[in-house]
Amino acid sequence: MAQNGLYKRAAIVGIGETEYSRDSGRSELTLALDAITAAVRDAGLAPKDIDGLLKFQVDANSEGEIAGCLGMDHLRFYGELGGAGTAGCGLVAHAAAAVATGLANNVVVYRAMNGRSGRRYGRGEVTMRGGSGLGAFTEPYGQLVPQQGLAMLARRHMHQYGTTSRQFGAVSVALRAHANLNPKATFYTTPLTLEDHQNSRYVVEPFRLFDCCLETDGACAVVVTTAERARDLPNTPAFVLSAGQCLPGYRGPLPDVTYANARTLAPGLFAGAGVTPQDINVAQIYDHFSAMVIFALEDYGFCKKGEGGPFVEEGNIQWPNGRLPVNTAGGHLSEAYLHVMNHMNEAVRQLRGASTAQVQDAELVLVDSGIGAGALILGR
Amino acid sequence: MPDFPTPLVTPDTAPFWKGCQAGQLLLQRCAACGALRYPPRPMCPQCTSKETGWVPASGRGTVYSYTVTHQALHPSLADKVPHLVILVELEEGVRITSNIVDCPPDQVRIGMPVEVVFHQVNPELTLPKFRPAGTA
Repeated sequence: MAQNGLYKRAAIVGIGETEYSRDSGRSELTLALDAITAAVRDAGLAPKDIDGLLKFQVDANSEGEIAGCLGMDHLRFYGELGGAGTAGCGLVAHAAAAVATGLANNVVVYRAMNGRSGRRYGRGEVTMRGGSGLGAFTEPYGQLVPQQGLAMLARRHMHQYGTTSRQFGAVSVALRAHANLNPKATFYTTPLTLEDHQNSRYVVEPFRLFDCCLETDGACAVVVTTAERARDLPNTPAFVLSAGQCLPGYRGPLPDVTYANARTLAPGLFAGAGVTPQDINVAQIYDHFSAMVIFALEDYGFCKKGEGGPFVEEGNIQWPNGRLPVNTAGGHLSEAYLHVMNHMNEAVRQLRGASTAQVQDAELVLVDSGIGAGALILGR
Repeated sequence: MPDFPTPLVTPDTAPFWKGCQAGQLLLQRCAACGALRYPPRPMCPQCTSKETGWVPASGRGTVYSYTVTHQALHPSLADKVPHLVILVELEEGVRITSNIVDCPPDQVRIGMPVEVVFHQVNPELTLPKFRPAGTA
C-alpha cells in the first residue's frame, strides 16, 4: 500500500459548532470564539494548549484577536487560505502537516460567519471583484455570483451525459432526509419530496431553489494534533490518512468543464491512504449546488463518468441503505453553509459513531471541499 | 439602478477593449508559438512567452453553455431578469463569456451558431455580445 508522508501522523481530536440560524444576533468574533471554545473543550484541552490557528482568507476575524480573547500568549503557527468554500480541507491538511513536523502542537481550524444576516454569498457580496482580474471578462455581462458559472457547468453535464433535473433533485431529497434526522440542521423539521423539488422555481437555470445551498449564521471549529497526543485524549481520533489540494492553472483553451478538480486530485488522494473509492464508507461532499455532488461522485471514482445521475437516482447516497451515504448531517443544502467545516465535524462524528445518520462501523470517510479543490481521507 | 461592474482596464487588457470600441473582437496570439488565448493575460500558457500580438476573430462561434438567471441575485440584476449569460466557443478555438441578444431565453440551445455584435455601454466601454447567426 503506497502511503503518503502524512499517513496517520495527525488527527482531528476536537470538534465544536454553534447553533445554525438566519440571524445569530452576535458578532462573527463571538461566533468564532464559541465554536473554538467548544472544540477545544471537546478535545479535552484548554485554550492555552492551542498554539496554532488557521483561517479562511474570507473570514472577517483576525488570528491575533482570537488568540487574545482566548488568553493565549502567542501563536507559533498561523495563516490563511484564499478562496471561500474551497479552503476547508486544505486548511486541515496544513494543520496536519504542521503538527506532524513540529511547527505546532495543537492547531485550530475554524470558520465563522453571519452568512445570512451579514455579507451574503448568494448575492456576490463576498466574491464579486468589481470588474478586476478575470472579473473584467465576466461581471460586465452580469455573471456576478458563483452559481451562474456553476450552472453553466451543470448545463453542460446535462448536455453531454443526459443528466436530468430530477437527478439533481434526488441529491437534494437524500440530503434533506439526513437533515430530518439531525436536530441541529436548519431543515430538521421540514421534509422535501422530489415533487417539491421539481415544483420549486428556477434561480439560475438549471438550478431550482432546492438545488441551492443555504446561507447560514454560525461557526464550526476543529482541533488537530499529533497522532501520539491524540491517543491520550478522550475522543476516538479521526486520523488524517491522506490529504490533497488542486488549484487548476491552465487546462488548454477548450477544457471539458464536466470534469472537476476531483478528477486530478483523486489518484494521489486515494493512493496516499492506500485505499480505493470502493473502500470509503461515507462521504462528506461540498454541496453548494446539488448537481456538483454528481460531478464529485464521478470524478472521485465512486461511479463512472456520466453515471452520477443514475447513481444518485438509485438511492446510493442515502443513509442507511445506500452504497455510499453522502452528507449524513444534511450538508450545505439542508444542514448549514459553513464552507465544509460542518461537513468536517460530521466526518469526525461518523468515525466516533456519533452521527444522527450513523453508518455502521464507519472506518473511512472522504471529505471534499470545492469538488476537489481540497480533500481528506479520515480514518480511525 | 446600478449597472454591472465595468472592466478594470490594465496594460495587459487595454488592446482588447480598444478593439471592441473599433468593432473588432481581438484575441491574443503568442508571437513565439502562435497559440491563441482569451481572456488576455501577459504570458502564453503554452510556452510562457511574453511576446504577444493581437488578431481579429471572425466573431462566429457556437453556444458551449448558458444559464438563465431568474432571481435578482444582485441589485444590478433587479430590472434585468430573466438574464442570459452564455459561454461561446469561437471558431478560432477559444471560449468567451458574454450575453446573447435578440433571442428569447427559452430559445437558447447548446451548439446554436452565434455571431458577435458590439454593444456600446458608454463612450469608454463597448462590450462584445452575440446574437443567433444569420439574424442580421
